[in-house]
Amino acid sequence: MRRRFVFLVATLLIAAPCIIAQDEAIQAPKSIAAGDAFAIQTTGSGKAALYIVGPNQVLKRDVDRGQSISFAPGTLHNAGHYLVILKTDSSSYTSEVDVLPANAPSELSFLARPSRLPVGLHDGITGAVYVFDAYKNLITAPASVSFELSNPSGVTQTHVVQTHNGAALTAMDSTQQQGADKFTARVGDVISTRIVGQVPGDPCGIKMSAKPSGQQIELETEPLRDCSGNAVPDGTIVTFTETYAGAQTTADVPLKRGIAQVAMPAHNGAMLSAASGVVLGNQIRWETH
Amino acid sequence: MLKLLKRLLPALPILAFATSSHAATSADVRIEPSAAQNGPHMLTEHTASAVIQDYLQSWKSLSAALEENRADLLNMDFSGAAREKLGETIHEQAAAGLSTQYRDSAHDIQIVFSSPEGLSIQLTDTVAYDLQVLDHGKSISSQHITTRYIVVLTPAEARWKVRVFQATN
Repeated sequence: MRRRFVFLVATLLIAAPCIIAQDEAIQAPKSIAAGDAFAIQTTGSGKAALYIVGPNQVLKRDVDRGQSISFAPGTLHNAGHYLVILKTDSSSYTSEVDVLPANAPSELSFLARPSRLPVGLHDGITGAVYVFDAYKNLITAPASVSFELSNPSGVTQTHVVQTHNGAALTAMDSTQQQGADKFTARVGDVISTRIVGQVPGDPCGIKMSAKPSGQQIELETEPLRDCSGNAVPDGTIVTFTETYAGAQTTADVPLKRGIAQVAMPAHNGAMLSAASGVVLGNQIRWETH
Repeated sequence: MLKLLKRLLPALPILAFATSSHAATSADVRIEPSAAQNGPHMLTEHTASAVIQDYLQSWKSLSAALEENRADLLNMDFSGAAREKLGETIHEQAAAGLSTQYRDSAHDIQIVFSSPEGLSIQLTDTVAYDLQVLDHGKSISSQHITTRYIVVLTPAEARWKVRVFQATN
């Protein structure tokens, strides 16, 4: 117990002058904004070296003690926590300074997904933003991010989101009209834009007609549209099925100019149907008289 | 006073040993529950674990790179602005004849943000480390520092890389 006490007292005796010396020999601001001019006051006399050390930046200056050492704007510009050391021939004095991100946004890192999606999808478009200052420091103070989605006819959705730790997130519905939408994120005067392609969704329904053509039946769909009225793109596959006497015949046909056409064997009493994806069209029972 | 120093002297090598052996061991790591559960992208346990593992590895790379003044050691774990800034620091250190030793001893990590489809993950880390500064190989200061970092990681080919590495208080 006594030894512990002696050890503690000895430690305090050795450490105390250093603690006092920190205040006496070097006075650094507790925090500064990135890139701002600042000064560090030193006391005493003689030559010394001043170091400002952090993982993101290091500075070294030869100084005369007893003077205020000025740092020009832009000198210490990377946000972070720095150790300030004043080293003389015989001693080392330390202080600490926090460099905070500048408040003015200069750059947005905008992650928007996806780049292409069907129309009318709830929360189908997501955007995340990180806000940086002119020195590429993440601005951690809350800032308002305005997300805006606009389609070619000018209809927009706007969400305003506060950043937390420099990041903000939103989700938006894809619009009802196909085309290239502009998805923007704005903080103050800083804007970042992404283009989101909105393509027609699945067909809303399939309406098929049949007519005889010699020994065959000609099947043809009406122009396919999604539930928002957009034309389903050419190349979308429509599957025609003929069921007759327990056997099935199928034909996969791509849309051309919005419609699908095929010729199938004409069997009296055959059931004919068409489908695309999860959408099933009308059925026709083929009867010859 | 002399008596006191005589009693204290035997303890010094033990203290020095304790410091160096602590530096050689892995840091204490505490993981807080993720605060990023409300976003549209729910992190899997596997992803969170991989992110934290790669982040902790980045401290080893940072430590080695700043100690040896070798920017190439950053390439595996850092990209973007974080890589640029650390690389500049190494350049500044080398020009001034400095090197720094960062020995992380404790991390308190929380994932705070995850962007859609896992394009980026943000975490905070209250990290305790010892920083020793050397000028032309001679130690000029050694400090124990505790500070909070904000870190953004993005996926690369085979691992998560640190893109933003910023102490904030």
